[in-house]
Amino acid sequence: MAILETKNIHAGYGGMNILNGINMSIDSGEIGVIVGANGAGKSTSLKAIFGLLHISEGSIELNGEDITNADPNTLVKHGMAFVPQEKNVFVSLTVEENLEMGAFLRKDSYKGTLEAVYHYFPDLKDKRYQPAGELSGGQRQMVAMGRALMIEPKVLLLDEPTAGLSPLYMNEIFDRVVAVNREGVGILMVEQNAKQALNIAHKGFVLAAGRNRFTDTGENLLNDPEVAKSFLGG
Amino acid sequence: MLADYKREIILFSGLFALILLVMSFMGMAYSTRMLVEASCYAIIALGLTIQWGYAGLFNAGIMGFLAIGAFLTMLFSYPVNEDFWGSGLASDLGSVFLKLLIGIVLIVGSMQLGRFGVRQNVRRLITLILIAITYIVFMNSLDPVAGAIESEVGFIGGFGLPVWIGWVFGGLVAGGIAYFIGHICLGLRSDYLAVATLGIAEIIKAFLKNADWLTRGTLTVSPLPWPTPGPAELGFVMARALYLSLTALMIVVIFFLLTRAYNAPWGRMLRAIRDNETSALAMGKNVNKRRLEVFVFGAILMGIGGAVLGSFNGIFDPSGYIPLNHTFLIWVMVILGGAGNNLGTLFGAVFVYILWTMSEPVALWVFDVIRNLGDAWFGWEAPGDLDSRALQARVFVIGLTITLVLRYAPKGVIPERVAHHHE
Amino acid sequence: MNEFIFLFNSVVISGAVIGAIYAMGAIGVTLIFSILRFAHFAHADLMTTGAFVTFFLTVMFPGVGPAVGLPTAFVMLPIAMVLTSLIAVGIDKAFYKPLREHNVKPIVLVMASLGVTFMLQGLVRLFAGTGSRNLFVDDRKEIFRIDLPWELASRKIVITEPQLLLFLFTIIAVVSLHYFLTRSRLGKAMRAMSDNADLARVSGINVNVVVIVTWVIAGSLCAAAGTLLSLDVALKPDLSFNLLLPIFAAAIVGGVGHVYGAVLGGFVVGFAESLAVFNWAVVLRPLARAMEWDLPRSMALVPTEYKITVPFFILIAILVLRPTGILKGKVI
Repeated sequence: MAILETKNIHAGYGGMNILNGINMSIDSGEIGVIVGANGAGKSTSLKAIFGLLHISEGSIELNGEDITNADPNTLVKHGMAFVPQEKNVFVSLTVEENLEMGAFLRKDSYKGTLEAVYHYFPDLKDKRYQPAGELSGGQRQMVAMGRALMIEPKVLLLDEPTAGLSPLYMNEIFDRVVAVNREGVGILMVEQNAKQALNIAHKGFVLAAGRNRFTDTGENLLNDPEVAKSFLGG
Repeated sequence: MLADYKREIILFSGLFALILLVMSFMGMAYSTRMLVEASCYAIIALGLTIQWGYAGLFNAGIMGFLAIGAFLTMLFSYPVNEDFWGSGLASDLGSVFLKLLIGIVLIVGSMQLGRFGVRQNVRRLITLILIAITYIVFMNSLDPVAGAIESEVGFIGGFGLPVWIGWVFGGLVAGGIAYFIGHICLGLRSDYLAVATLGIAEIIKAFLKNADWLTRGTLTVSPLPWPTPGPAELGFVMARALYLSLTALMIVVIFFLLTRAYNAPWGRMLRAIRDNETSALAMGKNVNKRRLEVFVFGAILMGIGGAVLGSFNGIFDPSGYIPLNHTFLIWVMVILGGAGNNLGTLFGAVFVYILWTMSEPVALWVFDVIRNLGDAWFGWEAPGDLDSRALQARVFVIGLTITLVLRYAPKGVIPERVAHHHE
Repeated sequence: MNEFIFLFNSVVISGAVIGAIYAMGAIGVTLIFSILRFAHFAHADLMTTGAFVTFFLTVMFPGVGPAVGLPTAFVMLPIAMVLTSLIAVGIDKAFYKPLREHNVKPIVLVMASLGVTFMLQGLVRLFAGTGSRNLFVDDRKEIFRIDLPWELASRKIVITEPQLLLFLFTIIAVVSLHYFLTRSRLGKAMRAMSDNADLARVSGINVNVVVIVTWVIAGSLCAAAGTLLSLDVALKPDLSFNLLLPIFAAAIVGGVGHVYGAVLGGFVVGFAESLAVFNWAVVLRPLARAMEWDLPRSMALVPTEYKITVPFFILIAILVLRPTGILKGKVI
């Protein structure tokens, strides 16, 4: 069954709607990728799911439970984590402190998870006592993902995790996303590099003007000539 | 058209009724005095409403601008002290200030050294050294002269000029101080302006209180002349009524000018900056320059208001300036009345001032009742300073009013009208 | 030699005393600045309130101190710190939190804190009167006069018990705050929130708890600073504006949002004040006698009645030259 499902959500800033009915659903263990032109409402969808803006219509379910308009704190408790696109690390805290902050809500010991995160991102282990602000863009992205993984989420929301990264790091981040997903974490991510992202996606959602334009498996979308023409740059 | 202003009409009618009530209970002499003071506060409050209401600038040092206004009106209008001008002290003092002037010229000159290719660090060092030297020389030469003035002739006295000249200079000097502070703080976080204005107000007060040769300090200067015939010629009620008509006329003129400025492109730009600094910046507006202008204009009004109030009180007493009465009471007037709305500010100023003056006898009466009841029922022996404590209860009420208004009526009783621009 | 002991007494000791007080205040101001993003103008009156809480406790249990061998007020300090923290948290709940939830501009919170300052001032004076009080009720202030072994040094180094307690307390407070901020989960969460409040929220950090902890730390330090200052001099209800400016200057000089910066800034302002009002004629007199100079009676850089100008000009200088502060705070 679907671990995360949005049903016809409408949301926006200050009375102006940006989302006009978004339907998405991913099963546990799936990767869902949101693609679309600028201003189509990709990032806004993630923020709406994570309770960062008010949903005026429609509903969201996490694991069958209604979480429409729940605040981020509750969502984290329910096993959802979010990595924003920008300013996604605490620059003045060390790498390890950043990770610890991800586990703030956990009452049990998180030592095992910490080791698991270092296992995913071996680079971080070497820099664990360095302030995150001193790291490169790719390493920061790893810290941000690692921080989100610290609560052992069921669903991970990623907002353009490869934005501004060199191709080398880009591939590495995609690899990590797949690796994390193999451990059973459902992933919903927004990506600019649509082709590469749809390659690893189980499901793809192509948005336009705040609505679903195409919804299919990643493979089918890649092979759809219409999608290719208008959204994947030919 | 009239229906649009229903709220204003009701509120001002209520205010009028309140004034009549005070007149019937306290008599005309008391009421006219209260009204003149309220009108002075209204001028000051209009200065604050353009700083805070038009531009969102937090001035926590209104007291300083009032005090400087009152000081200059004292300096210009108080009769000439012949003893001082007749003695050699005047020329001594002149030479002290000549030294200061030379120092200032050198300091300003050193700041321009950049034009001759002097590096910034060197330039700063030279400026700092010059400031230090000027300061030490000035202080050391002023000290004996000031001491001599105090012991031989009291203080330097006034210039014996017409009162209105003092008012004009009060406004100008207040504006100059605002320029200095604003120039430094307006580009920084909004809180820093609050801290700096709070500081400058305390410094102005400390200076006026301790520079005995100039202000007689705690000995106070009185009587200050009025620009209109005084009570000796006309009797209290008529003299005060005449003064009131003068302040009322000033308010009308200021009000007219402010309303025009508010609706002019200048006012629209200010509001755009206040409401959305980022987009105003993006539109290429010179945000800090506009803010500096409005901060200086506001301070000029405060200086004038302080000067008019000072003349009316007839006494210059630097220790009488306290932040509560001369800064925060005005804040209450503006935020309660409606920041950014001139009519609201006017209402707030008069209404709050009446409540404030009337609260003194009311607080004393309430505490007297408490004392008697406590004594009768519990045999409670009230502390001896209960009366002064009763007045402190009003401080609490001011604080509570500020927080409650911010929370429940952040726009005041007559909110700013959001104009529909036709550009 | 005596001249230097005089210098030590009136510059080093008194500068350190007032510097420690400013530092404790500035830590609170800087924490509130960085977590809640506004300049807390009620801070000085929170100190006064804390001192009066101690005063009432001391009056209620005057015998405790002599039994332990410390001033009663100092023994009562931990309780006063707890009570003042509760007051601080309560003020936040009643006055600041509703405004925060309305997403007002920071400057509105500054104004609300001025409202709070007057409420505290009014309440303190209503209940305790306007006169000054002595925190020593059933005990006396101990003054130590330390004789120096040299022949020329007939003047003694003077230090009081409250001053020693103040230094001890400041060191303990700063060290434990350091460990709290770097070792405990809540302390790290505070740093995280000051670094990036939005991300802290997204990470699942409980923002309300962090805010409460901030007020508890600020409130406790206020109670301590207020009490220790009043133990050293006298308990006056009108400390407020005289302390507020130096405290803000200290926080801004140190770099807003920087706890160690606040400590540094506190001592910078404290020493600057005591150096500025120090009468250098005293130290130069022996030299002048030898050289047959004529020294003025008073050679202070700033006359004592203008002491308030010192923090102000330090503030102006730092805003002109380096608005981020010495240790480079992050909030400009």
